[in-house]
Amino acid sequence: MSTPKIVREAETGSGTSIDLGETLITVKDLKMHFPITEGVVISRTVATVKAVDGISFEIKKGETLGLVGESGCGKTTTGRCILQLENQTEGSIVFEGQELKDLDQKQMAKVRERIQVIFQDPYSSLNPRMKIGEIIAEPIHVHKIIEDKTERDARVRELLTICGLNPAFADRYPHEMSGGQRQRVGIARALALNPEFIVCDEAVSALDVSIQAQVINLLEDLRDEFDLTYLFISHDLSVVRHLCHRVAVMYLGKMVELADCDELYDNPLHPYTNVLLSAVPIPDPDVEAGRAHEIVKGEVPSPINPPSGCVFHPRCTMATERCSQEIPEFREVKAGHWVACWEV
Amino acid sequence: MTKLLEINGLTTYFYTSGGTVKAVDGISYDLEEGETLAIVGESGCGKSVSALSLMRLIPNPPGEIVDGKIIFMGKDLLSLSDEEMRNIRGKDMGMVFQEPMTSLNPVLTIGLQLTETLIQHLNVTPEDANKRALELMQMVGISDAGRRLSQYPHHLSGGMRQRVMIAMALACEPKLIIADEPTTALDVTIQAQILELMKNLTRDHGIAMIIITHNLGVVARYADRVNVMYAGRIIEKGSAHQIYHNPSHPYTLALLKSVPRMDQPRQAKLDPVDGQPPDLTKLDGGCAFRPRCRYVIDRCAAEIPELEETSDGQLTACWHGGKLNDPLQEAS
Repeated sequence: MSTPKIVREAETGSGTSIDLGETLITVKDLKMHFPITEGVVISRTVATVKAVDGISFEIKKGETLGLVGESGCGKTTTGRCILQLENQTEGSIVFEGQELKDLDQKQMAKVRERIQVIFQDPYSSLNPRMKIGEIIAEPIHVHKIIEDKTERDARVRELLTICGLNPAFADRYPHEMSGGQRQRVGIARALALNPEFIVCDEAVSALDVSIQAQVINLLEDLRDEFDLTYLFISHDLSVVRHLCHRVAVMYLGKMVELADCDELYDNPLHPYTNVLLSAVPIPDPDVEAGRAHEIVKGEVPSPINPPSGCVFHPRCTMATERCSQEIPEFREVKAGHWVACWEV
Repeated sequence: MTKLLEINGLTTYFYTSGGTVKAVDGISYDLEEGETLAIVGESGCGKSVSALSLMRLIPNPPGEIVDGKIIFMGKDLLSLSDEEMRNIRGKDMGMVFQEPMTSLNPVLTIGLQLTETLIQHLNVTPEDANKRALELMQMVGISDAGRRLSQYPHHLSGGMRQRVMIAMALACEPKLIIADEPTTALDVTIQAQILELMKNLTRDHGIAMIIITHNLGVVARYADRVNVMYAGRIIEKGSAHQIYHNPSHPYTLALLKSVPRMDQPRQAKLDPVDGQPPDLTKLDGGCAFRPRCRYVIDRCAAEIPELEETSDGQLTACWHGGKLNDPLQEAS
């Protein structure tokens, strides 16, 4: 696989400390606001949903960055912005030195060969009227990578084998396969163009535990074999810990903490990260019996009208006067450990 | 303590065009008053169907409870008339389902749905029912309960709806609550809130609970005893401690090795079982886990192993009888 020379254009203001490896993707001050409109004939904007509200991070080559948070925190929207499936409201996304929003359609098509995605739901992300072989061959065909049909079929069979499926499955339809097998098809399709970077959006969440573990192992093997970089979006903190090098925690459109995986799990600084970790039950009754369960009160507020100051302050046990007034800066408190909290 | 529930040889089949699905294939267990039992297993192992059978909510056709006995509070549920069963369901036996979005009626107010149960079963006046509904809403931690009662389910968040479901299940002070994946659709912090609430309420009111889940962490946190199901059968049962620390069935062992744990060093690799669960229409006369099992012997193909005690109170359905030499455990 050839990798073009990486030119780092934008100097990054925040996200990570750059020490090792080349930066593959830089997200800076990304904002994605969705307007809520009213009226059918003359529509006007009545409010905006601040799905992602100013987040910055970097992903280095070969790294797996975990993006965790609860429903509606903006983790999926972040992934969709990177894939340019949404036109971001503000901010920049630089991939291999190119500012994605400045690219025209043709240039973007080139970039899309290098950025792929694996979706959550293996049932709705495969076209039920296409055979597995056609589904996997489609990106190869669209991007005119292999024009010859026989060669293309051979490539499809190779991809199926790589993903642990029987090459004969190429002639089957999605409904003939189980959830785990379908997710493998989704992975094979994502690999079809030899990408550099894959956004895994809840890629294992819909699967049963034993099948989930198989797919996690497959993602790990593929990462090592093809030098892949992942953005691993998930709400499952145990899986993220297992798979990721660094982890970012999002809450209500903001990034509240970012650190190396071990550092984040062993030494969480943000109160939200703390309650999130405490909420995850550990599969061992003896460990659970001896564990303090810090239960956070209330629910996630609406992103239409988020709280003032720190968005977590209404649920935070450490909140002070200042937290409700001023937005805490996302700052580096230790080498590589970023947090947005006044009390840290 | 006395036995609240005894299930013996419960068998539920579904007759489909693809053949007979043996969704629940002869399961037996019992439950004592105030006890929390977890039924774990993966999709299609029959855990939900076994719970639905227990409440006699299997749609017929295509489903049918073909065999077995369910003794609940001394009554044989399978011999009751529909009318008598209706009096038990919702009164002595409460239910909490997985999808709080679909298990509430979208066109009725929360208050109406809560009081309906009370008026039906307890013969109270609408005023008293309203008072009790308000109490219940506060009990499950819904603030501003009065206003919430006049609202519709779509006004509420997922966590709130699940709280309403719990309030409904608790309404008539049941002896048993059956919770089928009660927190699967919820976020982790809300899951923790709901589970803590259920645990406290069942403990305070002495209610027994059957919690059906695929989440091994949830089981570890809340269950006293555990039944592990695979392909329509209970393949292992025991106390939570026994199941997690001394699993005696290869499938239980495999399940535990499939989940990454946050309290342990980040291991290099997970060690899941290969393959997938079997097609329940094509089960043969051998152990259903055999094609995926690392400990398979000739006998596994010939006979289905029955549950047998391996240690005090722990039972396993495996020809090895719990003596599994785990190559991984030995290595570490």
